Amino acid sequence: MSNFWHWTVIIIVVLHMLAYLWLLFATSKKKVAKNDENTTGHEWDGIVELDSPMPRWWLWLFVGTIIFAGAYLYAYPGLGNYEGSLGWTQHNQFEANYKKVTDARNKSFAAFIDKPIDEMIADKNAMLIGGRIFANNCALCHGSDAQGATGFPNLADDDWNWGGEFEQVLTSVKQGRNGIMPALGPALGEDGVKQVAAYVRSLSSGGQDAALVAEGQGKFAMFCVACHGPDGKGNDLFGAPDLTDDVWLHGSSDIIETAMYEGLNGQMPAHADILDENRVKLVAAYVYSLSQKDK
Amino acid sequence: MSIYNDKVVKQFTIATLLWGIVGMLVGVLIAAQLTWPALNFDIPWLTYSRLRPLHTNAVIFAFGGNALLGTSLYVAQRTCSVRLFSDKLAALTFWGYQLVIVGAVLTLPFGYTQSKEYAELIWPLDVLLTLVWVLYAIVFFGTIAKRKEKHIYVANWFYAAFIITIAVLHIVNNLAIPVNWHLSYPIYSGAVDALTQWWYGHNAVGFFLTAGFLGMMYYFVPKQAGRPVYSYRLSIVHFWALVSTYMWAGPHHLQYTSLPDWAQSLGMVFSLVLLAPSWGGMINGMMTLSGAWDKLRSDPIIKMMIVALSFYGMSTFEGPMMSIKTVNALSHYTDWTIGHVHSGALGWVALMTMASIYTLVPRLWGKEKMYSTELINVHFWVATLGIVLYIASMWIAGVMQGLMWREVDANGSLVYSHVESIEATYPYYAIRFIGGLMFLAGACVQVYNVLMTIKGKSKGAEQ
Repeated sequence: MSNFWHWTVIIIVVLHMLAYLWLLFATSKKKVAKNDENTTGHEWDGIVELDSPMPRWWLWLFVGTIIFAGAYLYAYPGLGNYEGSLGWTQHNQFEANYKKVTDARNKSFAAFIDKPIDEMIADKNAMLIGGRIFANNCALCHGSDAQGATGFPNLADDDWNWGGEFEQVLTSVKQGRNGIMPALGPALGEDGVKQVAAYVRSLSSGGQDAALVAEGQGKFAMFCVACHGPDGKGNDLFGAPDLTDDVWLHGSSDIIETAMYEGLNGQMPAHADILDENRVKLVAAYVYSLSQKDK
Repeated sequence: MSIYNDKVVKQFTIATLLWGIVGMLVGVLIAAQLTWPALNFDIPWLTYSRLRPLHTNAVIFAFGGNALLGTSLYVAQRTCSVRLFSDKLAALTFWGYQLVIVGAVLTLPFGYTQSKEYAELIWPLDVLLTLVWVLYAIVFFGTIAKRKEKHIYVANWFYAAFIITIAVLHIVNNLAIPVNWHLSYPIYSGAVDALTQWWYGHNAVGFFLTAGFLGMMYYFVPKQAGRPVYSYRLSIVHFWALVSTYMWAGPHHLQYTSLPDWAQSLGMVFSLVLLAPSWGGMINGMMTLSGAWDKLRSDPIIKMMIVALSFYGMSTFEGPMMSIKTVNALSHYTDWTIGHVHSGALGWVALMTMASIYTLVPRLWGKEKMYSTELINVHFWVATLGIVLYIASMWIAGVMQGLMWREVDANGSLVYSHVESIEATYPYYAIRFIGGLMFLAGACVQVYNVLMTIKGKSKGAEQ
């Protein structure tokens, strides 16, 4: 802050503290007796006031807090730009604490962090820590059991939109993912959307109107194959889901028509800067391990 | 006609009781929602997030506000020995204030909010409240100005500080640029906005919930006890120290945030200095009762006042402690804060209000005493036990949450996820719900007692 504000803060604070002391001194100077006759002589609606002395312990409590304030403001930042004799800031306190936990982490992580992935997920301690990182950072969206919710993929099964190899999972956690389904309403029109939706449904279940499916198939080949592939099996590179299985990230009701018409935007935030490199690796390994259990 | 305008005081008293029940009922509902989330019913205007600001606004500004406005106008008349400055303006103040409250009820549950804690009201209601407040100030200060007593009684100092400061706080914190009829953007941004908000927020505690109710205490405690106020000089010292120190304490709401270190430190040291000035009021109240201790056995109203003063002393000790950075690092964002607020709000503010209403109602309606002393006693015990359950459960829950959130294992990773701390809090939420329910039950007993008193046989109009 500027010199002006620096000194303004100091002067106001110091004057304030001195004013307290003056107030205490000035009002307690006159010695008075403590009895029912010692009133101020005023009366309001039958209420009178005594002029009893202020309790000693209370005065000393007051003075004590002022002395503490002085000492604290000498030791810690408070008086304008003055940094305090201890050199404390909340940032260096944070950094000291952060270093402490990071050192502890790196020490304990050394036992497994550079091992091949199959060995890492077999390490009980690694998976315990990975699970805790997951619970504190990922569970909010993906659920504490990692089974996801509408719009948030199930990470505990063997179905992956962005690939289920460890490296792919790691990339998802590190860099985040942007799953974009473009709005095809303008291109397909309402009828077109109905037809393509019928075709998409026919890939995983029967009972669709054959005429709609036939029309839809043609349009699917024109508008959808670039991402979802000619057979509708999806593409890990774009996060385009497999449309032929019965896993539906956003549900399988008329959300299919809505998504096609208006588009969808799924976001997995990047965690490289939120967690550090080792913790990203550990939580990715934990997520990967969930799909390896049945194998 | 009596020389005093008691009509408006009666209206404020009834409004206090009515909004008290409403505000506490909403509080009990949202406490139940935290225990049984199904009670949100998936209805937007019944969800916790919408009702929580309704609860806080209703109990602070509707229940507490009506109590302060009503008693201040009663006390000002009695201690100045004159009628109110203007009956018309007083009536306008009453109805205007109720209009603001009804406005809050019609906007907050439907999501119309400024999103500033304790300043949620949208800008048209802020403007209305400002106008009503000006009317109120004219009535109050006009009455003081034409007083027949030479000196201004200490209760009026506190009411005056409350009225002036709340006006300043309300206006400065709500400076915003309107976009449409309900939306506005504050003129402050970032850390400045946060600091302004908590300068407002903490002084709302300091001047609304403390100074105002100290004004109430300074009239009704000596009145009910029939004893002189303990120490005039103590009242001078703690008044000036209190009003000047509270102004500094706001930053303790922002420890370990992007607020600069120096402001955090000043917030903390001035909060500690605030301990003695706060306790000055407690000492003066409690010592006023010395020489009348026997009344603790016979008069449940005195009991209620003593317990209110005790909770005041306790929460004004706890507050400075929680402002210490090290303690705050543990307590902040936990239910400990909720416990602290309620030890002040239920223990001090509400009990002092309820006790004052018991003193006030027979005088206003010209009765000898309340309909049932036994029911006052019942109210006292149900309410006190309710508060104890409430704050004890929130203390335990808060300390537990703080410890769970920071628990790091030898491997340097957090031991608990957030949801585990919520799971562990469930039993305490249930106990808090019971405590709150008991407090509400006590309030209902009071409403019944007051209604029966009003309906009962008159002893003949006062004066």
